[in-house]
Amino acid sequence: MTGPIIKVRNLHKWYSGVHALKGISLDIHPNEALGLVGDNGAGKSTLINILSGTQRPDEGEITYEGRQVHFRGPRDAMEAGIETIYQYNSMVPTMSIARNMFIGREPLKASVFGLGIMDQARMRADSVQAIADVDLHLRSPDALVGELSGGQRQGVAIARAMHFKSKVMILDEPTNHLAVKETQKVIGFVKSLKDLGITGVFVSHNMHHVFECCDRIVAMARGEIVLDRRVKDTSLEEILTVL
Amino acid sequence: MEKPELAAVVFLIVLTMVFQARSNGVFLNLQNLQGMLGLLPEVALVAVGVTLLMICGEFDLSVGSVFALTPMVMGVLLADGWSFALAFPAGLVAALLAGLVNGALTVRFSIPSFITTLGMLFVARSLTVVISGGFPPIIAADAMPRWLFTAFVGPGDLFRMSFIWFLLIAALIGLMLSRTNFGNWVRATGGFLPAAQSMGIPTGRVKIACFMICSLLAGFAGTLQVMRLGAPLPSIGEGLELQAVAAAVIGGTALTGGVGTILGGIVGAILIRVIDNGLVLSRVDANWFKMALGALTVFAVIMNAWLRAKAKGMKVETQK
Ligand SMILES: Nc1ncnc2c1ncn2[C@@H]1O[C@H](COP(=O)(O)OP(=O)(O)OP(=O)(O)O)[C@@H](O)[C@H]1O
Ligand SMILES: [Mg+2]
Repeated sequence: MTGPIIKVRNLHKWYSGVHALKGISLDIHPNEALGLVGDNGAGKSTLINILSGTQRPDEGEITYEGRQVHFRGPRDAMEAGIETIYQYNSMVPTMSIARNMFIGREPLKASVFGLGIMDQARMRADSVQAIADVDLHLRSPDALVGELSGGQRQGVAIARAMHFKSKVMILDEPTNHLAVKETQKVIGFVKSLKDLGITGVFVSHNMHHVFECCDRIVAMARGEIVLDRRVKDTSLEEILTVL
Repeated sequence: MEKPELAAVVFLIVLTMVFQARSNGVFLNLQNLQGMLGLLPEVALVAVGVTLLMICGEFDLSVGSVFALTPMVMGVLLADGWSFALAFPAGLVAALLAGLVNGALTVRFSIPSFITTLGMLFVARSLTVVISGGFPPIIAADAMPRWLFTAFVGPGDLFRMSFIWFLLIAALIGLMLSRTNFGNWVRATGGFLPAAQSMGIPTGRVKIACFMICSLLAGFAGTLQVMRLGAPLPSIGEGLELQAVAAAVIGGTALTGGVGTILGGIVGAILIRVIDNGLVLSRVDANWFKMALGALTVFAVIMNAWLRAKAKGMKVETQK
């Protein structure tokens, strides 16, 4: 398939009076790394929440892999292959890495109506493998996520997305509140998506990070797209003037 | 921390030894154990339900009232000539309904379960008194199959049947929490709600299910007590809600959700029974019981926090 993997057309979203998205249209192409930037309240998270199924648009349509889709919840998006990683929201600190990897998608030994006994040996083995695959070194899949550093947590979230063979990975400000070294690790993960054939959407307030790991930059302001350029055709100055 | 119930287990062993010594060996003799093991399943079942619900991040103050309402519904129907096979499930359905209302209101209106279940505490207690008509219904001696629920069994008649029921149910809930995907959802929902939601867990339904299980266990426990005593009094279970929370917390369950074990809740409930009984045997004024319970609750939580910090420190060291 050579067309866009995600096609957004005329997307609108209102929050009781606030017009958060004002007719967004956007094509995201397979295997590109798209940087989404914009001031606070520009509507980036709203757009992303709609793509990841956590919110529904009031108007407009989304086409995924050539077919129109209506995600009713995050599960629908995840099953289609769109995985989203948030700054805080993707891991439960009081649970082990192995249990976190499979929340909502636990492999079952036996089940009735979707409820059943988890295959914990497999959950452990698969988490070890998935974590090794993203070049993360952790002691044990039984360690609590709350004991990991912020960067390691994002690493586990990314390992999880890879394990479930996601085709599109959306990262909403994954580097917020991370130290420099940890941030570099996350940037490294984003860069490696391309080699793995995964389409990436990277939201950040840090222009340097966006320039470092994306091929294309889309800038939003007040619910609209105000700039859409290849990284090599634009500059920091140009983006700052439109925001 | 992987073993949040550790502090409670240590307390239990120490206190058992102290009471055994102070009571000149009466504490662990057959007769005394028999008494303790008769009451324990009733309190511990409530603690198990409350622990599960607290791990899911919610709270139930109405368990004491549901503990009374359930057997009252059953008793009134039995006195009315219904068979046990219909009256008993009818009581449990009342318990499930209370849990459903608690859960549905909490989830639907996103209000603290502290409030919804405080409301249910009054509503269910009031209903209990109203349907009893002010007097406990008279139940024929053979109307309830006591052999199945409260008869003595085991070596030296050490247990009642209720103890076997308790073991089965506790094991079932414990396994559900640790081994099934539903248990994983419960922990995720209570541990960090936004993460559970973003992973597509039906958190509302998970919570409602936990409210219903909690109510069901409280109702069943109350029914066991009534079968043991022979008549449904409208006042049973008063204050039980706070004892159950104390048991859960002593056993290492976090008030913030996500952390805790069923075993911890059970150990907490046993500890409370042991203190109650041990103080009596040591001829301490019974009014000291609540003092001891209060002190233990606070002390256990401080202990747990300290152990957790200690465990973390050790892990960080070994990491290098
Ligand atoms: N749940 C909500 N309820 C009401 N208004 C909302 C909600 N979520 C977002 N908004 C509003 O919609 C607009 C867009 O918000 P959004 O979170 O999408 O911006 P953003 O670009 O992600 O900002 P930031 O960089 O601060 O994360 C803002 O005006 C915000 O106040
Ligand atoms: Mg945002």
